[in-house]
Amino acid sequence: MSLAQKYSKEVKQILSKYPPEGKRSAMMPLLFLAQREEGYITKSAMQDIAQMLDVTETEVAGVVGFYTLYHEEKAGKYRIQVCTDLPCALRGAEKFMDDLCGNLGIKVGETTSDGVVTVEAVTCLAACDKAPMFQTQGPEGIKYHENMTVDKTVELINSLKNVAEASK
Amino acid sequence: MSHILLRHREIPDINQLSVYKKNGGFAAFKNAVMKMKPNEVTDVVKNSGLRGRGGAGFPTGMKWSFIDNKNWPHYVVANADESEPGTFKDREIMEGNPFQFLEGLAIGCYAVGANAAYVYLRGEFWELGSSLDEKIAEMEEAGFLGDKLFGTEYSLRIYTHLGAGAYICGEETALLESLEGKRGQPRVRPPFPPAVGLYGKPTIINNVETFTNVPMIMANGAEWHKSIGTTDSPGVKIFSLSGRVRKPGNYELPLGTTFRELIYTHGGGVQDSRKVKAIMPAGASSSLILVDDDKILDTPMDYASVRTLKADLGSASIIVVDDTVSMDWLVNKTVHFFKHESCGKCTPCREGTYWMSRISERIHDGAATRADVDLLLNVAKQMQGKCLCALGEFSTMAVVSGIERFRKDFDNAVKA
Ligand SMILES: Cc1cc2nc3c(=O)[nH]c(=O)nc-3n(C[C@H](O)[C@H](O)[C@H](O)COP(=O)(O)O)c2cc1C
Ligand code: SF4
Ligand code: FES
Repeated sequence: MSLAQKYSKEVKQILSKYPPEGKRSAMMPLLFLAQREEGYITKSAMQDIAQMLDVTETEVAGVVGFYTLYHEEKAGKYRIQVCTDLPCALRGAEKFMDDLCGNLGIKVGETTSDGVVTVEAVTCLAACDKAPMFQTQGPEGIKYHENMTVDKTVELINSLKNVAEASK
Repeated sequence: MSHILLRHREIPDINQLSVYKKNGGFAAFKNAVMKMKPNEVTDVVKNSGLRGRGGAGFPTGMKWSFIDNKNWPHYVVANADESEPGTFKDREIMEGNPFQFLEGLAIGCYAVGANAAYVYLRGEFWELGSSLDEKIAEMEEAGFLGDKLFGTEYSLRIYTHLGAGAYICGEETALLESLEGKRGQPRVRPPFPPAVGLYGKPTIINNVETFTNVPMIMANGAEWHKSIGTTDSPGVKIFSLSGRVRKPGNYELPLGTTFRELIYTHGGGVQDSRKVKAIMPAGASSSLILVDDDKILDTPMDYASVRTLKADLGSASIIVVDDTVSMDWLVNKTVHFFKHESCGKCTPCREGTYWMSRISERIHDGAATRADVDLLLNVAKQMQGKCLCALGEFSTMAVVSGIERFRKDFDNAVKA
């Protein structure tokens, strides 16, 4: 099924935000929509979007490649994106990251063996006073988790695992 | 003093439309649309001395007066990209006091004759985007947005738009490219957005905090605004305080408040009672202010005074660095940030940030020599003045000031 068929209501709503001469502005919201279910954007979704917006597939791929929140490859169902940028690092973010990875037995960029969680390092998320912090990117969108400890994070991961299990 | 921007700290539930209205909300917008000409609104903002809060400190009223009235339609864009490391004020405004921001945006639209506005939020503000969508829908319902507002001919709609993770999209022309569905790469200027902006049309772009100031200025007058802060920098500013302080957070204070008051009175002082070694007043884009003399902390935080310390106030994201931190580590951090965020459009920045990150990594790993420190400084200086947008320049700030003002830290990190 094409993107427009699958999410007809959302697609219409997105297109209505921009003037006809600015139709291409729908590109980024459509890419988020395309990524919603699987956590990455497939070639066929890019073709759909190219067709809807009268641009080439290469242009769509160029946009996908430019932005860090779009993914072209499958990873864990949830991406845990820990901010290790300067202000957070001054408040212990690097140690938090090391401890978290140690606890999960993976390295930064890797996915847990059950495929539920991928841990990534990201730049400032505008929450520098609440370090250590991270966001989760998953099927329900993006959520912030602030003033975190490894214990609280492991608890959260367990609940994500339960959600993932239940939706199987 | 009660807050002017972060009013949610005193007024519970001001993020509810009814509570915002009860506290005077939307009276300024209604008054402007019903009783004032657009250029009269711009004049009030001009006379208030309000300067943009997104970093450059450009006079807001003057920017609005640059809108090209020979080319229509006009657009207004709120810059809610907030991605400078150390900056987290716009998020608190939009979460805590969203209607004051939206009212300011609406007043700005009326002043420049725009019937449509976009709020460009960084993609990570996903939940905030949905909550703003709800607030906007409530405003439509209540007759503050839509067609023929307050019985006049004026119509206005506001839309949110999410970015997808790219610091460069905070730069206003990259933001416009991104909003048009393209890669976020800066445009060559001139022309500037008030002449040629979104979809090639005249466009005004301001920061979230800038807009949030506007309803209070309209309600209380330009003179009231000028009575706060300094002559050079009137009004209050939200200082995002982070780094090695006991109480990091946002502090709304008059421009011209000293570093000492912010760090010690409000921020609770330095963690473990250590000494302030350096301050970055504009996030990762700052020059490092060397705090070797305690008196430096008495410098007022306004645009002109911070410049006397060979740094810029920028977005007032005050990162406090104490004497446990070695600058080779810090510079390695900032350089990696800019290498990651360079959009790649121009060679000096793309190549320069790449080489700077290679060399600074080597220095930080202890695998470098003193000549490498000179080389790093050289690469940074070579880049200055050659980049298409300010990001390239920003990437050199901590490097040059770090090596020139804290050379010992680098020499200690390298082999003799
Ligand atoms: C690399 C770069 C990043 C920027 N990021 C932001 C940002 O996140 N938010 C913002 O309001 N302005 C940012 N700016 C400044 C904008 O280009 C622009 O000057 C500002 O939005 C204008 O609004 P103001 O006049 O209200 O400050 C950035 C500039 C550069 C060069
Ligand atoms: S200076 Fe850097 S970020 Fe700016 S346009 Fe050039 S490559 Fe892009
Ligand atoms: S540095 Fe981590 S949220 Fe800003």
